[in-house]
Amino acid sequence: MTAVLFFALAAFTVAAALLVVLARNIVHSAVALIFSFCGVAGIYVLLDAEFLAAVQVLIYVGGITILLLFAIMLTTRIAARADVFNEQIGLSAVIVLGITAILVYASLTGIPAFERPPVSPETTPALGRLLLTTHVLPFEVASILLLAAMVGAIVIARREGE
Amino acid sequence: MIPLSYFLSLGAILFGVGMFGVLTRRNAIAILMAVELMLNAVNINFIALSRYLPNSTLDGQVFAIFVITVAAAEAAVGLAIVLALYRNFKTVDVDEINLMKW
Repeated sequence: MTAVLFFALAAFTVAAALLVVLARNIVHSAVALIFSFCGVAGIYVLLDAEFLAAVQVLIYVGGITILLLFAIMLTTRIAARADVFNEQIGLSAVIVLGITAILVYASLTGIPAFERPPVSPETTPALGRLLLTTHVLPFEVASILLLAAMVGAIVIARREGE
Repeated sequence: MIPLSYFLSLGAILFGVGMFGVLTRRNAIAILMAVELMLNAVNINFIALSRYLPNSTLDGQVFAIFVITVAAAEAAVGLAIVLALYRNFKTVDVDEINLMKW
């Protein structure tokens, strides 16, 4: 049952990701990206990471995709175009297929078959405790990074002379 | 029980799809979308390894949270740069923005 769910979610996620990359209309790409992020959130649930799944839906589906859609509306004319790919598509396809094949082969053969340890009942409280004890320094640095990114985005996107 | 290698393979395939998008798309916003796909693939690997490795703690999930944080910051700054590019060049095709190309 879990295996069927995994394969369904994986196929859904990869199909949506392919649509993101291959779609001629940029808005179709953005909508397919929403579905791909939702599929990844499902994969997180299968891995017993419920908090990460919620964060994925909140930040990626609710935040980043909307931001991307705003940028699309503010810049390009929304229409299907014939020349969405540049001229290095053939070489890129070969290289990407090669790297992906190597990575999948290494994943399937080089990883010992670990048994899943029993699930701890409370991952979210443990996660919060880790963030504020062991990883408190990166946590604070991340907040400074977000502040700097916010100020930087405003400064870059602002019109000159205002 | 799904073996760990299946999750890692899914991460590898998703990474490959994202990399293809980064290498081939002309639209700068589409390239940013493909980068987000690659970051998601990395997160799948982090969380799968954090779940499967013996004697593991939740460190992989903490790392995934930091990756998501950086992805959000990257998207905000990246889209601001795209808007500034559009204002200066009236296009977001990365092939036509070649002012600094030798």
